[in-house]
Amino acid sequence: MRAAVIVFPGSNCDRDLAVAFEQAGFQVDMVWHKDASLPEGVDIVGVPGGFSYGDYLRCGAIAAQSPICKAVVEHTERGGYAVGVCNGFQILTETGILPGALLRNAGLKYICRTVGLKVETSDSAFTNAYNVGDVIGIPIAHHDGNYFADDATLSTLRDQDRIAFTYTENPNGSVGDIAGILSENRRVLGMMPHPERAADEGHGGTDGTALFRALSGVLALA
Amino acid sequence: MKARVHVMLKNGVLDPQGEAVRHALGAMGFDQVEGVRQGKVIDLELAEGATEADVTEMCEKLLANTVIERYEIELV
Repeated sequence: MRAAVIVFPGSNCDRDLAVAFEQAGFQVDMVWHKDASLPEGVDIVGVPGGFSYGDYLRCGAIAAQSPICKAVVEHTERGGYAVGVCNGFQILTETGILPGALLRNAGLKYICRTVGLKVETSDSAFTNAYNVGDVIGIPIAHHDGNYFADDATLSTLRDQDRIAFTYTENPNGSVGDIAGILSENRRVLGMMPHPERAADEGHGGTDGTALFRALSGVLALA
Repeated sequence: MKARVHVMLKNGVLDPQGEAVRHALGAMGFDQVEGVRQGKVIDLELAEGATEADVTEMCEKLLANTVIERYEIELV
């Protein structure tokens, strides 16, 4: 099983994400944003958190136009798996791989703490090791995590069971308390909280490990 | 040729920064302010032959996120 973690100027969770993948049994390639293609045989792409291109213009806007992101879009269009965390989620919405957008937090402040997430669906390669209704503790660290989508998009997400996680106590104003969503084929997950920061005893919590374990379980069979 | 692009959050999209500015103006005694929306102005220096259609494409692809923002182009 092979994972590729994209590295942009300003990424700062790329190594954490790589370690979480490795602990779940993946061989990980770090891929520079100027590369125009992914390594052969990549099963899943990780788009990490951070401040790609200094968050200039809009969070993720410039990264979404980078050469590697074209390859990531093609990978997902071929049915490839991808996960975007925090800035990675912002980038996936800016590329159009996932619907909606992330706005400035309603309270205007940067928030960095562990929050409760409710698992809304176990029907995905990312969430099948959780039960629907489980509450897990995962850290957030963002200034622009206020998920927005228009009413039609929200209905579609709900009707297709594509809301992966919601906040038990909404920290940032996200519509519908949404913390993470799935693509229509359920193979792309975008989420603001950081499961890779809850993947080791030293982190103070390991509620995120089940996500990477679930992925390796599904992709090992693929 | 120059183009000036105004990017604003769409109506109905919460603008917490504009709301904070409105609150501050109210606290300063400017009771006449009923709402504030904050946006961006982007000035483009364009080569000869560039068209408004080119700028529209730039807005659609990069300068604005049309999920949450609307834009207006002013050619000067």
